[in-house]
This record gives sequence, structure tokens and C-alpha cells, in this order.
Amino acid sequence: MRTKKVLATAALIATGALLTGCSGGPTGDDGEVTITYGVWAGTQTPAMEAIAAAFEEENPGINVEVQEQPWPQYWSTLQTGAQGGTAPDAFWMLAQQIRPYAAGGQLLDITDAVESEGVDLANYPQAVLDLYDQGDGAIYGLPKDFDTNGVWFNKELFDAAGVDYPSPDWTWDDFRETARALTTDDVWGIAAPIDPQGGYYNTIYQAGGQVISDDGTTATIDSPEAVEGIKFWTDLQADGSSPTLQQLSDTEAVTMFEQGKVAMYMSGSFWALQFYNNEEFRPKVDVAPLPTGPAGQANITSGIANVGFAGTDHPEEVTKFLLFASGERAAQIQAETGAVLPAFEGTQQGWIDAMPEFENLQVFIDAVDYAVPLPVQGNAAQWQGLQTEYLTPAWNGETSAEEAAEQYAAAIDEVLAADR
Amino acid sequence: MSTQTREPVRSAKRRRTGVSNRTDWWALVMIAPATIGLAVLYLWPFASTFLTSFMNVPAFGPGQFTGLDNYARLLTDGDFWRALRNSGLYTGLVLLGIPIAIVLAALIQQVSRGRAIYRVLFFLPVVTLPVAVGMVWRFILNGDFGLFNWALSLFGIPGQYWVADDRFTIYAFAAVGIWMTLGINLIILGAGLQSIPMDLYEASSLDGAGRIRQFFSITLPLLSPTIFFVMILSVISALQMFDLVFVMLGSINNTAIDGSKTIVYLFYEAGFVQFRQGDAAAIAMVLLIIIMAATAVQFRLQKKWVVYE
Repeated sequence: MRTKKVLATAALIATGALLTGCSGGPTGDDGEVTITYGVWAGTQTPAMEAIAAAFEEENPGINVEVQEQPWPQYWSTLQTGAQGGTAPDAFWMLAQQIRPYAAGGQLLDITDAVESEGVDLANYPQAVLDLYDQGDGAIYGLPKDFDTNGVWFNKELFDAAGVDYPSPDWTWDDFRETARALTTDDVWGIAAPIDPQGGYYNTIYQAGGQVISDDGTTATIDSPEAVEGIKFWTDLQADGSSPTLQQLSDTEAVTMFEQGKVAMYMSGSFWALQFYNNEEFRPKVDVAPLPTGPAGQANITSGIANVGFAGTDHPEEVTKFLLFASGERAAQIQAETGAVLPAFEGTQQGWIDAMPEFENLQVFIDAVDYAVPLPVQGNAAQWQGLQTEYLTPAWNGETSAEEAAEQYAAAIDEVLAADR
Repeated sequence: MSTQTREPVRSAKRRRTGVSNRTDWWALVMIAPATIGLAVLYLWPFASTFLTSFMNVPAFGPGQFTGLDNYARLLTDGDFWRALRNSGLYTGLVLLGIPIAIVLAALIQQVSRGRAIYRVLFFLPVVTLPVAVGMVWRFILNGDFGLFNWALSLFGIPGQYWVADDRFTIYAFAAVGIWMTLGINLIILGAGLQSIPMDLYEASSLDGAGRIRQFFSITLPLLSPTIFFVMILSVISALQMFDLVFVMLGSINNTAIDGSKTIVYLFYEAGFVQFRQGDAAAIAMVLLIIIMAATAVQFRLQKKWVVYE
């Protein structure tokens, strides 16, 4: 008898701890309206607070409270918050995450406000707008920023190895050669992790391939062209020009780059402020455009959108804030603080001017001309999550890129099929 | 564990009158907050998880019943069995921490001065945030720049990628898990030790028993109920381990993650990353059954080795 009781209690406590776990956010109500704004990136928080302050100034009676969540728990917190009705009133959204939220009716439809306020969508990069288009004619959010990729490099390590800085028209072969020439006993030429947005997606398109078919129904990551784009990275690993995946698991690529362990790091414009704020590192950093592939230039672009929570108590105020936070004034604030490349047309120069010692930031803006939207079809969070499982053997040289891509494509197809 | 003796003895007559009795009525009122709390915080989530485990639930909105589909998919999923193996291995390894805790508790008991200092030192990891602990150990165990590999190199032992190679990750978790729970086990076992009557030791030493003999013939048997208690708690918390995987392998590109997931990590991933809540609920239910079974087995086995005075 006693045994059973203890058992039952133990089991209950055991699961109870698992199953509970959401908390509510306060909403101030003393005549004024307070709306919350959920964000994740620490370096951008000051800019977000400045935007909130500028909005409050223009709109007396509405307070905006910026709520920062660290990246690792941002999405799980948002999901539980949305289910429990306590999500922030306005928050940052990513293209690979928006689908379930939009389909589940969790996002505020701001189409009418966009029209009545005369917001000109031409002010935003088309590729980023497309990423958030759910095909239902509704607008759930406007782009806040966008990013393209470049090759960040450490000038000091180039000088030490006697290697010329990358020329703007460099090719895949030049890239591989440069990485090899920079590699010494203590330093690797490049960090080659399994990185979709900042890495192999770019080279897949540069080789003329595609990750998912245009109609979004099948994976095309196993086409000969796409495999060529994957081989770009597995070759770098095979050359020994990069730390192994294990080493990059232990110490993230960006950390290796900042510590001067790797000379080149292909990734997004969003690192600029972090590198710039690192005063010791700042003078060593420069950036080059992505190399040109067999089929030409391509650069994966994405961006954050400001969206509102459908369950908010103050839809009007939230809509007003969303338009402001993606508007010109907010874009200028983001640019001036160097926080991130603002999405609003014509404000990007401010971002470049904010970091005068980085002379080549223009490469990120030039890349818009050949930008490709990040592939986010179907349950993107799920099929993207499978990449390490399927691609690791190719990166480690245990299987060929063809074989790994074939198996990964089959797994993606399964996810895409289950979603329909 | 003597709840039964404390239960009030009720006569047959009182039982019949039931709640109408004044004292009983007040008792119900007094326990109401706890009962309601239990119902809201445990029973309700439990019931809804149970139901969800038989449903296909989209990220938001109502789900539909799909019978045993989630369970069938789970049992044929290689990831699930790998996670089960990982959690099982971790639990087994963490149990090795109990003998360590017993020996340390006995040694601290021998210390005549400053016993509290040792207890505090060993207890510090218990009150430290698991996230902080995980971060620090991740640096210590780093393959290229970690303190641990540096220490090994002093003895000519080649280092490994302890938290980036799935052959070693579970062992790394276990080492940290043992270190983290050592303090609380020491406190519980220490209390158990203090309840052993000193005269048993005096009597046995008159009979010529040495320290070692005393440890095995007096200390261990009389401590066995406490050891049993510690075991039950350790197994339950080890089977639920999630935080160390999340923190120590947390970086987005850690390729060791696929081979290092525990059951609760799988639950987290299904429910909170991939929006598969039905599958997540099924994992939670299976874990509940495993924990109940593991606890039942231990209760069955305790009859063979636990000595009650």
C-alpha cells in the first residue's frame, strides 16, 4: 500500500515537472497602455530600446517594454507564451518559423493598417517580403532588417602568411587556394561548419542548384549542381583548411575567428557590430564578397520581421508600433547604432557610416543584386534540424557528398509530405 | 516514511458520519489549497498530456485523435531507442556517484573539526545554477583549449573531444551530474550516519572489530534505508536529465548532439522545436511508465538488501 502511494507520488512529481512551465507577463494598466516587444539579440537591445523611446515620444500614453530572451530559449518561450495567451504583444519573427504561427492564427493581421497608413512595400527588399508571404494575401509583419553574407577575414593572418587579400571577383578556385595558403600549424584558413544560411546554401545556388523545388514539394538538394555546392565545403574539410566539425562543435566558428584561430569566416552582415565592438579585433577585420561559383554569383538573404500577437489586448496600439518599428525612423536608429542592416530603402548608408573603420561593408548591400531568399518551405524548422544528422558524414569524409545529399533529400521529402 | 502510524485511528462510527463532523470539515478546508494546487499544477497537465499523446496536435489550435499512432511511430524510431540507451547509460553512471557519496560522508563524519566547511564545499555545486555549471564544464572539457585535456597531457594521456564526440558525451554528462548531486547526497547520507547509535561501534570495537569491518557490518546495513532513498531520487532525476545536454551541447552546430540526446531532450525537441506536440506527449507518457517501472523494481529489490531496524 505504502509502496504504491510513494510510487504514484514519485511518478506524478516526475511528470509534473516536465509538463508545467509557462508564465504570464504583466500588462500595466494605469490609464496608460503598455505593450511588450520580444527580441532576442543582445547587441541590438540598445537600438530596440531607442526605437521604443522614439515611439513613446510620438505616441504619448503608449509605453513599450522591450523584453529580451536569450536565443536558445526564445522560440520555446514564444511558443508556450502564444499557447497560453501570454506572448509579447509585438515580437521578432524569422521566416523559417513564421508558418506554424501564421497558420495557427497566432499573428495579428495588419493588412488593413498597411493600406490605410499608406505604407509603400517597395521600400522593403522584395526577397525578404517574399519570405514572409504566406500565400493567403495577408500581411502579418514588415521587415525590420535584412542580411546578406560576405567573407569576413583577418588581415593580420593574411599578412603573416603573405597572402593577398581577396579580390572582389574571386572564384571558388581562388577561395580554396587562399584557404589552403593561409593554413599553418596554428591557424586554419577557413571555418567550414555545416552552416546553411551563411554557408552551403550560398554555394548550392552559386553552382546553379536549389535546396527545395520551386513549388515547394520536393528537395532538390541532391541534384548534381546542389551536390557541387556541398562539395565546396567538404573539399575544404578534406584539404585540412578548416578545423574539423568536432573542433567547431567545441568552439563555435565565430569564436574561432575572433580568437584569430581561423583567417576567414563566411557569414552574415549581422556580425559587423559584434566585431566592431571588439576593439582589439576591430583593426584586423575586413570583409570581401562571396566568391563567384560555376554558375555565377548568389547570396542567401533573410531578415527579421516585426509581428504582433493575435491575442494582444491592444491590437490598435500594437499595429501602430509595428508600423513604426519597421518604418524609416526606426530604420535610421538601427543604422546609426550599427545594430543591423535596416530593411527600409535608403537607410542602409547610415549603417555603413556607423562603423567607419570597416571600409568594405558595401559588399553586403551590393549583394542584394544577386540575393536569393532563404529556402523556408514547409516545416522548415524540422527539416533544417535534420541537416547535422545527414550531412555530418560527408563533412567528416566518411561518405561522399552525393550520398549524404541523397539521403538528406529523402528525409526532407518525408517532412514536406507529412506537412501537406 | 512512517505516514501510516501517524494516520488517526478512526472508529467505525466516525467514518459513517463522514464530512459532517466539524473536525473533518475543517481538515478539508485546511488542505484545500494544497489539493487545488496539486490538481491544477499536476493532475490537470497530466490528464491533458495523457490525452494529447493520442492526438495529432498542430502547433496551435485543436488536434485530432489518431489512436496509438504516436506510440507506434515512437517505438519504431531509432532516435527514441538511442535516447533511451543514452538516458539508461547516464542513469547507471550517476548511480556510481552513490558509493562515492557514502565513502565521503563516512569520512566527513570522522572529521572532528570543521565538518560544516566540508559540507558547504561539497554542497556549493548543488545551489549553483545548472546552466552556469554546464557552461563552466563545457569550457573545462573543451577538446582544444580545455583544462581537463591539459591536465591529461601532463601525464602523457591524449585528450579527447569530450563534449563534441558522441562516444564520450554521456560520460562527460555523468561526471558533471555526479559532481552536481554529490552535495545533496552527502547531506542526506550524513544525516543517516548520525542516526546510527554510537554504542554499536563501541560494543563492536570491544569485540575486536576494526574500522573496515565496522563500516561493512554496522554502517552500511544501518545506512541502507537512506541509501535506498538516495537511489530512488537519483534514478528519477537522472532519467529526467535535460539541462546538461541543452547547455553543454547547446551550440547550434554541435555535431555530437544527434548521438547524445536523452529522453527529455527528445521530448523538448519534438514539443518545442519541431511543433510535434502529440509525439512529445507520447514521449512524456513513455518516460512516466519507465520511471514508474524503475521505481517499482527498486522497491521490489529493496527487500533483499535494505535493513529496517
